[in-house]
Amino acid sequence: MTHAFDFAGHRVEARPSGALFWPDRRWLIVADLHLGKSERLARRGGSLLPPYEVLATLDRLESEIAATDPAAVVSLGDGFDDDTAAQALPDMLCDRLRGMAWGRRWIWISGNHDPSPVCPRLPGETVAELADGLVLRHQAGQGPDVSGHFHPCVRLAGERRRCFLAGRDHLILPAFGAYTGGLAVDSPVLSALVPQGLAIACGGGRALALPVGTLRRTGRRA
Amino acid sequence: MTLPPDFQDWFARQGWQPHPHQLDLLAAQGDTLLIAPTGGGKTLAGFLPSLVDLADGHTGLHTLYVSPLKALTADIARNLARPVAELNLPIRVEDRTGDTRSAQRARQRVDPPQILLTTPESLALMLSYEQAPRIFGSLRRVVLDELHALAENKRGDQLMLGLARLRALAPGVVTTGLSATVEDPDALARFMGGATIINADPGPDPDIAMLATARPAPWAGGGGHYAIPEVLDQIRQARTTIIFINTRAQAELFFQALWAANDDNLPIGLHHGSLAREARQRVEAAMAAGQLRAVVATGSLDLGIDWGAVDLVIQVGAPKNVKRLVQRIGRANHRYNAPSRARIVPANRFEVIECVAALEAVRERDLDGDPRGPGPLDVLCQHILLTACAGPFDADALFAEVRAAGPYRGLTRAQFDDCLEFAATGGYALRAYDQWQRLMRRDGLWRLRDPRAARNLRMNVGTIVEAEMLKVRFRGRGGGLLGEVEEGFAATLVPGDTFLIGGQTVRYEGLRELTVEVTRQPAKQPRIAVYSGLKLATSTQLSHRVQALIGDRLRHGALPPNTADWLALQARVSTLPQPGVLLSETFPHHGQWHFALYGFAGRNALQTLGLLMTRTMEDAGLGPLGFLATDYALWIWSLDPVTDPEPLMDREALRTGLGDWLAGNAVMKRTFRNVAIIAGLIQRNMPGGRKSGKQATFSSDILYDTLRRYDPGHLLLRITAEEARRGLVDFDRIEDMLDHSPRHDHRMLDRVTPLAAPLLLEFGRVPIAGQGRERLAEAEAAALMAEAGLT
Repeated sequence: MTHAFDFAGHRVEARPSGALFWPDRRWLIVADLHLGKSERLARRGGSLLPPYEVLATLDRLESEIAATDPAAVVSLGDGFDDDTAAQALPDMLCDRLRGMAWGRRWIWISGNHDPSPVCPRLPGETVAELADGLVLRHQAGQGPDVSGHFHPCVRLAGERRRCFLAGRDHLILPAFGAYTGGLAVDSPVLSALVPQGLAIACGGGRALALPVGTLRRTGRRA
Repeated sequence: MTLPPDFQDWFARQGWQPHPHQLDLLAAQGDTLLIAPTGGGKTLAGFLPSLVDLADGHTGLHTLYVSPLKALTADIARNLARPVAELNLPIRVEDRTGDTRSAQRARQRVDPPQILLTTPESLALMLSYEQAPRIFGSLRRVVLDELHALAENKRGDQLMLGLARLRALAPGVVTTGLSATVEDPDALARFMGGATIINADPGPDPDIAMLATARPAPWAGGGGHYAIPEVLDQIRQARTTIIFINTRAQAELFFQALWAANDDNLPIGLHHGSLAREARQRVEAAMAAGQLRAVVATGSLDLGIDWGAVDLVIQVGAPKNVKRLVQRIGRANHRYNAPSRARIVPANRFEVIECVAALEAVRERDLDGDPRGPGPLDVLCQHILLTACAGPFDADALFAEVRAAGPYRGLTRAQFDDCLEFAATGGYALRAYDQWQRLMRRDGLWRLRDPRAARNLRMNVGTIVEAEMLKVRFRGRGGGLLGEVEEGFAATLVPGDTFLIGGQTVRYEGLRELTVEVTRQPAKQPRIAVYSGLKLATSTQLSHRVQALIGDRLRHGALPPNTADWLALQARVSTLPQPGVLLSETFPHHGQWHFALYGFAGRNALQTLGLLMTRTMEDAGLGPLGFLATDYALWIWSLDPVTDPEPLMDREALRTGLGDWLAGNAVMKRTFRNVAIIAGLIQRNMPGGRKSGKQATFSSDILYDTLRRYDPGHLLLRITAEEARRGLVDFDRIEDMLDHSPRHDHRMLDRVTPLAAPLLLEFGRVPIAGQGRERLAEAEAAALMAEAGLT
């Protein structure tokens, strides 16, 4: 079940998968896919992690596209773990991405990991940021904006979960990629961006909203 | 070999007579295993052949000594210094541990001492260097100290692989294993690849009994605080006392309670693994100097450092395991041929029975031990990678060498090849890394693709995987270091929470740069004293003894009267559990139905059984609400009664359930993490090397879930499943319980039974996972919103 709320005058839906749906435009927005992460680590002589994270991430993205039939899919940066990873993506997976993009817009916003993931085998266009009703960019800047980069996480019922972090100026999406960690919503950098607002936890069958920041501190324990 | 005259003179000057087993060991040919009680001069026995041999001089490394504790190597170095100096022997003795400076290490690689003292991890590291063949080529003897302790876990398996390597590098090397009393010396000898066993005189029977107390043990709980006055009396009467307690949290609480009643201000210290190293060393030093009258300790003091003056051991809480109890008792009166004195304080009524059973076992010298399976493959994966760091190797030769290690004597070529494949390519069904292989075969030999990878592999050496620990400090500039807590524990804290560490109550203020900041909170009851750690289950043999004692009314005279009365009441109201019979009871209480199963299979196995049974109950529509497992019993509460437990324990259904359900369980994820670190799939976090931007790291749970979904036959998942059968999941003991108790005896009763009553007082109840957890999360989120005035 999704959690719908207003951000900067627009109605948006936080989906339990960690994707954001913007019903007015029928846009599906995801952040930090980090495709090709295991390949990049192996290439650099690191661990040989299970090489299935692209498959796992695309499986989830595909079912989100099937569920929402979006007019556009936007990756909010760090869609690839680096530019080389975008080049190295196996043909089979590139074909699959092109199939998912068929009949809709596909936009790669560039991130710090993938400043220019241009590759003719990939669908869509690459832009630095988008300002079209909502400002979409990789890392939160002049608000209000929708961004990714930080991989926010929240602790709920003893479990760490990925979450949306929504304040007055910033809406920060959780990382959608399979091999991604998280930064706690009460960490200094995230508290500074969203001093008070909502964390919307993903991962279960439904997106669950809970208060963060000053709201939580005054509410929970005096 | 016999004792040369100058050695005999030296013994005589000390006023010592060599023990028969010391001379036996000197005379022995080939590999030997010496079994001797604590204080039997084991270590000197182990070194005597080396010292005699070295009197004629030797170039290069002659003897390698391996112990499980860094502190022991330092202790041994001091102890050896005296005979070496007084006998004027041409011997250099040095240690090499994780604490050794890099300059010293580098020098040791070029110019090794005659005797090198080390740990299994440092040995594995040294064997991974290219110079290993030169350093170890001159080796004549290996001494393995506290082998009984090493053989209990993967450190021992790694050591045996290292020993096989040493035997290949230095043909003819002679190995001596030193062990405390164990239940199966033959198994230990096989573990070290075969050895002649030398049994030392076990010494006189210990003076051991339950501590008589004015108040009886309580019905439930684990603190043992009811016995504080008598424990203080004992401390007063003894010279130095060690008080062993099973968990760190309980040790903290008991220490605090002791001081609250310590009107004489007896100097009493605290020692456990969560304390800062400096704090532990202070206690050890004070102990060695005879400044302490008592120390409250956990297993951190279990191993061999010689305290000399200890004349009393008090064990608080059930010993869980007879062998460990005997080894702990041995710490008192660390002098050969003097009886050890020990007193046991059961923490609750069930433990009273366990203590009586354990004392009987000690008197009968009937030790227990749950046998370990064959050598684990994650350790082998690490060994293969480290072998590659030392230089190119031939797969056939390495396979033959590994099979010479005791724990791996049954290894198949297919298993070995799986491990080699994992080390080389990751071993995935999807061949993704052919271009980036870690090991590759060239000219018939396996080698690192990128020699620079050796550095990272060496950083990951070892089989001890600690939970992530965070330091705890007082807030403010230069705040003192108090100790460490697990990261998972720190994550549950909210500013204002109070908890115990280092014997004092502190208030959690916040987390700052990976340090837990606290302030002093004197004279306040702590809210929390939980360091979640592995819970030790009562051994199979001791559980069987307890069950037999409960079931035999003729033996109840051995129990304290109030315990015997309690069992008599149980016999009247229901019946007593008997060997061969699986007793269970169903009764209503507070509007719910309760089911108690007296399985005596240890808490880990019964917890697994609880998880599996409640799942079946859920399917059967009985509405299970939660369960609790102790070492003896499983208790489940539900909306509808269990009227026929037998189908719930159908062996095949349980096995299937284990396969499906357990796969997604947190225990499996934790097991996987350990396996993945040891096998070298993921790097353990090195101190200081931790990334501060935490979004860069991600949980091993994700890898586990991904592998399960996309590569369910992967080697590491197979290793994880194998480990889960023992350890925390302990499914083998569920099967053992069903084998030993083929007959079910189920009673329907109208109220709580005497045997079940203490269970209802226990805490640590496990709510049912699945739907329940999701509801819990929703409820918590809703409650937080409501508290915050939001809807």
